[in-house]
Amino acid sequence: MIPLVTGQEVTFWIVAPLMVLGALGLLFFRKAVYAALSMAFVMVNLAVLYASLNAMFLTFVQIIVYTGAIMMLFLFVLMLVGVDTPDSVVETLKGQKVAAWLAGAGMLGLIVFGIGGALAGGPQVGLDQANAAHGGNVESLAALIFGRYVFAFELTSALLITAAVGAMVLGQHARTRPKVTQRDLAEKRLRDYAASGAHPGSLPNSGVLARHNGIATPALLPDGTVSEASVSAALASRGVILDAPALSRTTAEAFEAIEGPRAEEDDQ
Amino acid sequence: MNDPWWLVLIKVVVLFVVLLVWTIFNVWYERRLVGKMQHRLGPIMNGPLGLGQALADGMKLLIKEDFMPSMVDRVLFTLAPMIAGTAAFTAWAVIPFGGEVEMFGVKTYLQLTDLPVGVLVLLAVTSVGIYGFVLAGWSSNSPYSLLGGLRSSAQMISYEIAMGLALVSVFLYAGSMSTHQIVEAQRTPLLPFGVDIKLQTWYWLLLLPSFVIYVISMVGETNRAPFDLPEAESELVSGYITEYSGFRYAVYFLAEYINMATVSAIATTLFMGGYLPIWPLNAIEPLNNPWLGPIWFVIKVQLFISMFVWLRGTLPRFRYDQFMKLGWKGLIPVALAWIIVIATFQALRQENLLQQGPILWGVIIAVALVIVAVLLIGEKPEPVPEEEDDGPFDAFAGGYPVPPMPGQVLPELTGVVPSTAEPERPAGEEQ
Repeated sequence: MIPLVTGQEVTFWIVAPLMVLGALGLLFFRKAVYAALSMAFVMVNLAVLYASLNAMFLTFVQIIVYTGAIMMLFLFVLMLVGVDTPDSVVETLKGQKVAAWLAGAGMLGLIVFGIGGALAGGPQVGLDQANAAHGGNVESLAALIFGRYVFAFELTSALLITAAVGAMVLGQHARTRPKVTQRDLAEKRLRDYAASGAHPGSLPNSGVLARHNGIATPALLPDGTVSEASVSAALASRGVILDAPALSRTTAEAFEAIEGPRAEEDDQ
Repeated sequence: MNDPWWLVLIKVVVLFVVLLVWTIFNVWYERRLVGKMQHRLGPIMNGPLGLGQALADGMKLLIKEDFMPSMVDRVLFTLAPMIAGTAAFTAWAVIPFGGEVEMFGVKTYLQLTDLPVGVLVLLAVTSVGIYGFVLAGWSSNSPYSLLGGLRSSAQMISYEIAMGLALVSVFLYAGSMSTHQIVEAQRTPLLPFGVDIKLQTWYWLLLLPSFVIYVISMVGETNRAPFDLPEAESELVSGYITEYSGFRYAVYFLAEYINMATVSAIATTLFMGGYLPIWPLNAIEPLNNPWLGPIWFVIKVQLFISMFVWLRGTLPRFRYDQFMKLGWKGLIPVALAWIIVIATFQALRQENLLQQGPILWGVIIAVALVIVAVLLIGEKPEPVPEEEDDGPFDAFAGGYPVPPMPGQVLPELTGVVPSTAEPERPAGEEQ
């Protein structure tokens, strides 16, 4: 007799190996961004598992909170600080490896005994009855969160808020000078103009010549000389600025070729 | 809803085609409308009314060289547009185009699927879609792209909070998170002073603060002007799509326009009565036919899209810190306060306390007045600009040309240059 295969089992056997692959990716990718993405992948697949178990609310809250907010913040920080190079394996905190192994073992014990205990003991009434108690999955969850577990729930949020505020306090530094506003900057520009004649407007654009439109092409002043302010100082110090007279030489030669014979004709 | 598989297939195909065609139409629509606002014509040359222009642009992108810059992260560079495009289409699975109809003998809703947590699906899909933009920025290996991607993620996360909070009051009022049931809840007649004039309880009116917050945050969520900071061309070239071209760029283009339609569709569903006919047309019974639902729905969404175009044609771009300040210090606190008000109101209504006569209403009004008074008194008065200089206007104060200070007036007839054609006559000389 063929055992009855449910859609939920099929989903599990597709999603679970993918999740394991994702989790391994988190451990073994050398690029931090790839590791973070593997983590996000695991989280999305976890949401798929929830969906296969008819826990729709949990599915989408999992995606919104974990994939959408938390992992996105991780990714944001990784990109901002540019953690791209592989970390060194030198132990900076003493006894860190031992502590990590211990914590891992403790976590494993919690998972095994926690889930095992839940499976072994207690009456299992099934999802339908649990949902029917308050007329729906979302309503029953709400009744639990804002009823039986309201205290634990509020304490957790207080803990999280304390952590967030603490991080902000630690990350803040006192201002030693008042913040410079746009108005201050504008006034300073005009004062400089009055005092030393420094140009108050924006710097000139780089020149776009007929034969070259690269950023290294300098703008020409009305008298034909090069405007140093029109190209980035970095390019100038690298010495890659294009030579404007050289660029315009072909034009000058063309003009010469036309103008020369004409001038001779006029002379005659 | 348990639809047979062939019905689901029909719905998916129709939805896909509708979204593609609608996007092509919207590209043309936006260009024509913004053209009208700027006193020019927009695309008129190709096809009737220029309709072929958007199609031609799309074809051009598809057959362009599929170019990938060197030094990019090749896997993520390809994956990113796929995520963005998939998320854009997926969101429409829970948008109701119409009510319950009978199709080939099966009763079904005119929407792909109706979940009890429908609106959460929309939020979840949006938050996955952000990955498409962020990864595009990171994988391009270019500072402009990276900054655009970072801006995009920060902006979308911030405005998603305000957006979610604005939606909470709709959930409280409708008592459901399913998009279909939210629309049906808006069918309840609204009786101003007990008179039935066929008005319906659409939530834009009942929950006006939520609606305003949602509309502002939906513009931020879609990276559209005046909040188009991630692709601010004056600062970041093109933001996260700087390095993209060809088909991958086309996917981003498509995703942006679909996202614009998606947030408009959410606004329509949650605040504008979704597929219900527009008042006073709902008084005419045949117009309430569920098969006409998609027409009303599309009209309303198109109006929201027109608003997007109008904003783009009117407002200049925000500065990034001003934009973040608006989100975190303006929209989110107001949304939170409004949720508390609505929750209190709902709790009172459920306990049937609102029917207890004038005493409770008196208390509510008194509390509201006190809050308003505290807000008004507590508010700092606008700093009056100091009138530093009441002296005569010196056009060359400090040695360079300056405009008048506050309190100073320009001398009369400034700017009226005497004509040089006629010599000036001294006063009193008569001919």
